[in-house]
Formats: sequence, structure tokens, C-alpha cells
Amino acid sequence: MLEIGNLHARIADGREILKGVDLAVKAGEVHAIMGPNGSGKSTLAGVLSGKPGYEVTEGQVLYEGRDLLAMPADERARAGVFLAFQYPVEIPGVNNMYFLRAALNAVRKQRGESEMDAGQFLKAVRAKLKLLEIGEDLLQRGVNVGFSGGEKKRNEIFQMAMLDPKLAILDETDSGLDIDALQMVSRGINALRGPDRAIVMITHYQRLLNYVVPDRVHVLSAGRIVKSGDAALARELEETGYGAYGDAA
Amino acid sequence: MTDTTAARNLAPLREGYKYGFVSDIESESAPPGLNEDTVRFIAAKKGEPQWLLDWRLEAFRKWQTMESPHWAKLRIAPIDYQAATYYSAPKRQNAPKSLDEVDPELLKTYEKLGIPLNERAALAGVAVDAVFDSVSVATTFKRTLAELGIVFCSFGEAVREHPELVRKYLGTVVPQGDNFYAALNSAVFSDGSFAYIPSGVRCPMELSTYFRINAAKSGQFERTLIVADKGAYVSYLEGCTAPQRDENQLHAAVVELIALEGAEIKYSTVQNWYPGDAEGKGGIYNFVTKRGACRGARAKISWTQVETGSAITWKYPSCILEGDDSVGEFYSVAITNNFQQADTGTKMLHLGRNTRSTIISKGISAGRGQNTYRGLVRVQPKAENARNYTQCDSLLIGDKCGAHTVPYIEARNPTARIEHEATTSKISDDQMFYCQQRGLSKEDALSLIVNGFCKEVLKELPMEFAVEAQKLLAVSLEGSVG
Repeated sequence: MLEIGNLHARIADGREILKGVDLAVKAGEVHAIMGPNGSGKSTLAGVLSGKPGYEVTEGQVLYEGRDLLAMPADERARAGVFLAFQYPVEIPGVNNMYFLRAALNAVRKQRGESEMDAGQFLKAVRAKLKLLEIGEDLLQRGVNVGFSGGEKKRNEIFQMAMLDPKLAILDETDSGLDIDALQMVSRGINALRGPDRAIVMITHYQRLLNYVVPDRVHVLSAGRIVKSGDAALARELEETGYGAYGDAA
Repeated sequence: MTDTTAARNLAPLREGYKYGFVSDIESESAPPGLNEDTVRFIAAKKGEPQWLLDWRLEAFRKWQTMESPHWAKLRIAPIDYQAATYYSAPKRQNAPKSLDEVDPELLKTYEKLGIPLNERAALAGVAVDAVFDSVSVATTFKRTLAELGIVFCSFGEAVREHPELVRKYLGTVVPQGDNFYAALNSAVFSDGSFAYIPSGVRCPMELSTYFRINAAKSGQFERTLIVADKGAYVSYLEGCTAPQRDENQLHAAVVELIALEGAEIKYSTVQNWYPGDAEGKGGIYNFVTKRGACRGARAKISWTQVETGSAITWKYPSCILEGDDSVGEFYSVAITNNFQQADTGTKMLHLGRNTRSTIISKGISAGRGQNTYRGLVRVQPKAENARNYTQCDSLLIGDKCGAHTVPYIEARNPTARIEHEATTSKISDDQMFYCQQRGLSKEDALSLIVNGFCKEVLKELPMEFAVEAQKLLAVSLEGSVG
């Protein structure tokens, strides 16, 4: 589903952050990308989702055989690429529910499905809300406005559940969560695992991986993937730290 | 009026007399220029009674002694008032009795503007007193309204049919010499709308007027007068569009609202006049005086405006809260994009006891637009327990635009409670990206964020207007995010 080959990218000040990333993710798989601060984890998430501010200087990314990097961010989203934000953005005055419905209808339109009316939408929403134990009041508030850290992250996973993406990239979804919230979010992610969906989890810590057990674990260091393995690699990292893989560039 | 008077009045001015307008409708215009003869010409053209002519002339004499205001934060190219045309009207039609008698060209124009003049209007529940250039040519739904004793007609018709009402209220809220533009309007106003809701009557439909400026070089001077008698209620919609034109056009309207004891007037505007092109060329000058008076206890006047058009907007819909427990409200969205300038806000004058006012102002600046909120809250010595809440929010898009807030607060009674909140924010790249990552196009993302910002104002608009306004916001900001 996702094939990254020799990906190089730099940020606005010219510094090269990604220095030849290679990665292949198949449908149905869950991959974890781990690494120390500054290793390029968030840059990778940004480049894949089309966030402005990055320049790809070399390499390519294929998504379902298409040149992902040639697609604008909104087109990628409508094609099924979802990014769960590390820092979900507040949009005052825009009702969370309204926002989600607009997003869902944009995605559905792309898939050739009809737009959902308010009634159908509400029905779909209620089913997913249960999954993440989100109260309906959250829907009536402004997008991420006044949400606690845990609510923001749960809202991201809730959006993911509603939008039903093919490729989900979770950027530090575990950061800032207490243990209860972490378990709740993990349950949500696990429920969304499926044969047609690929999930890439970006994380600094191993603890999320106790609840969402990945098929593959990759260590990103100084802009390259330096080691890959199965879930055991994550546990190993937890004990030894990232020291063995060198500090960030 | 007889043809000979008209001819006599015209004689000295005949040289400049012209036909030839952009629309194919044969128009009749006053020659360019402004003097007492122009005023007489207009009054004669409209067959007005002597008292109104005298009223106009008094206004004109006041206007001659006045100067255009320069306190607003606006850059206005000097206006040559002698170069403008002060009257242009579709050729007199011997009073059309039905739509069939109306010039098909005119009907086509209305259709393009989406004005529901025929059966669609009935379905939509909207009565339209459409103003084309300066003269009302068709009024619908008058019968339904008449059964309730509601008068809704063109200003000219009101002068003929209900002179006692017009004479009683005209100029009582905005006096002839109130300000430069109001004086100009009082002297040369062409037509406009009049509504009277009798005591205890709740107007069952939204009253709606569409304005359109069509004739080249013809400033529009609309005059609107709405009176809600004791315990009456009316919601009035005003919407404007203008075709593109590469020339500044002056518009100086006056709107007077009078709410008697226990009456309520809700006045909603969506203003979408040609704002000029991306280089700042052309566009309408919109210099408007709008004011309402709560003349009795528990009266309420509510202004809601969405201002997206015009090259320059100078406009302060205000409330004079005379009656005890009367209420004034002002909800405003003003957008300036490209080279547009807006200096807009409100005045809330608290005279009666327990008077309350609310001001919610949302200014959006994009491109090189300059947006100023200017507001006055004044509590007079006798206004015990007056309350005001003001919220002024500014949203910036890009880094070449400007937002300014100029609140004046004058409390002359120690029991007054006045709150003022102001914020300025910028649409961030993060917000845009967040929306786009969820599948929304750049345009949809911008529109979503902006509509969210304006929500508190848009929800005050009647439903069908709110939908139109939302679309307008998006259109007005097209291309403002790179």
C-alpha cells in the first residue's frame, strides 16, 4: 500500500532531516516507527500527509501505486490517507460535528458515495462514539476548543473511525495521555485494525505498543531507518534506549 | 407635476441631458450636477407635494454648509459632487398593474439577480419591493399585508398614499442636517421603501428589498422609513448586488427605524456591492446613515449586517434607546479584501432606564484590506441601570491587511454596567492544514474557518439570508489564501 524509497527531505532553513528513508507497508499491517527526538519522525509524518514547509529533494513515495508526493494534502486525505495529529488544531466557532460531517462528505464524494444527511450521520456517529467512550457533548463544541489533552487525542481517533482511511499515520498519539486515556485510545486503534487498512504509529515510547502490538517495528535515527524487527524490538529498545543507534543529527 | 413644470425646471440644464444606459431600459436622468434646480427637478419628476420639496431644499441648504467627515480611518479620493447624476429612473410606465406590464428586460435583470418577483416569492414567503436604479417598479404581496393593515411600499408611493405617516416620522431619527451624507440624501433621495406595521400586528413574512445600482454615474440615494407601532413586530431584509463596473459609484442611503412601545424591528442586511477589482480600481462608495429609535418602553431594535462588498464602507447602524427597558442590538460581519476599506460600527445611546444593548462585531481583513470597528456606547444621566456588552473580534488573513478597533465609552450614570471584549487572531497555516488533511479543499477550509468565526452573527440572520451570507463570505475571500 505504501512504498517509500530513498526519501530525502529538508525543512525551510535548508537542513536535511530525512536522509534516505526506505519503508514498505502492506494493507492489514501495523508498523511502529520509533526513534529519539529529532530523528525525523514528525518530518516523515508531515511529508507523507502533505504538510507545507517540507521539501522533498530525492526519492519517492508510492501510495497504492500512485505518486503520493504529487498530490495536494486534501487530495491525499480524500484518497484515504489520514494523519492523527500530535497537536490537534483548534478551530473556534466551528462545531466539531459539523466539521466532521464536512470532512466525511468530502471523502465520500471522492469515493463516489452519496453525501450523508444529518440523520444518517448522527447514527454513524453514535456507533463510533461508544467505541471511544466519547460523550455527545464533545460533538457540539468547537473543533478541539477547550478539549483536554486526552479528549483531543480521542477525538483524532474518533475522526479516523468516521473517515475510514486506508492508511492511517498516528503521530505521537500516545504523548500526553494518562494510562486510562492511553488504554481507551488503544482500544480504538485496535478496533480499527483490519485487512484493508495499514496503520503507521509514530512514537517515542514503547508503552503504546503494549496495547497496540505492531507487526513491524522500525528505528528511525538521524533521518534513516537503521533497524527493523518485530514487536520484540520495541521491548528491547525500552530497556537499552536509543543510545545504541546514535544521537540525532 | 405637469410636463411644463418639468420642462421649465430642465431648461437651464438641458445641455447635459442624456440617454444611453448600460441596461437596455430607456432611462431618464437628471443632468449631472447638483444645485437647487436639481432638487426641484427630482421633486417634480416624482410629483411630490410642496412640503416635501421644502424639506428637500432645507436639507440641500444645510448640506451646502457642511463638509464631508474626515474622522474615519478611510482614504477617500475626492468626490466631485457636481459630476454625478442625481436622478435616473426607468421610463415612466403608466403604473404597471401586473408583472405582464413590466419591461421584460427589467424582469430578465431581476431573474439574473435571483430575485423572486413572481410565484417563487410566494413559496419563499418573501414580499419584494424591488428597487431598480431609483424607482420602485413592482411591489408584491401588498394585498396580504394590506389585510393586516401593514403598509409596505415604495417611498414615493407612501408619500402619495400615506403622507400623514411619512410627514410624522420622516427625519425624526436622522435629521436633515445630521451629517454630510445624510443631508445629501435628504436633498436628493430618489426612492426607497416604507413600511408601517400597525399596533399589535406581527408581520407574518420577512419584508425584503433588493437594491441594485445599474445606471452608470448615478449615485443612489435610497430612503427607508420603517415604523412599528405599539406592540408590532417586523423583520426586514435588505440585500444588494451590483454588476461589475470600472468606476466609483456613490451610494448614500438613509434608513430610519421607529419602534414604539413594546414593538420590535429586526433589520438584516447582506451587502455585496462591487468592491473594486484586485488592484483596487472601481467599486462602490457606501456612505450610509442607519439609525433606529426605541420610542417607547420595552421596544427593541436589532441590526444585523454582513458587509462583504463596496470599495469603501462608512456605516454605523445605531440605536437610540429612549424608552425604559428598551433593547438595542448590533451584529456585524465586515469583510475587506484586496484594497477594500471599511470603517463601520454602531452607536448605542442609552437614555431610558434599564436599557440594554449588545454589540457583536466580527471584522475580517484579507489582502490589503483595512477594517475598522468604531463604536460608541453612551449612557446618559437618566439611564439608570443601563447595560452594554460589546465584543469585537478581528480576523486577519495574510500579512498586508489591517484591523483596528476604536471603541468610545461614555458613562454619565454610575449605575451603568459596560463590558468590552476584543480579540485579534490570524488564520493559521496549521488550521488550514488540519482541515485539508481531513479532506477539505483550500477554499472549503477557509470558508469553514471564517464561518465559524462569524457564527454568532450569522445565526442572527433569517435562514435563507444566512445561507446566502455564508456563500458570500467564501466568494469574497476567494484567492486570499495562497
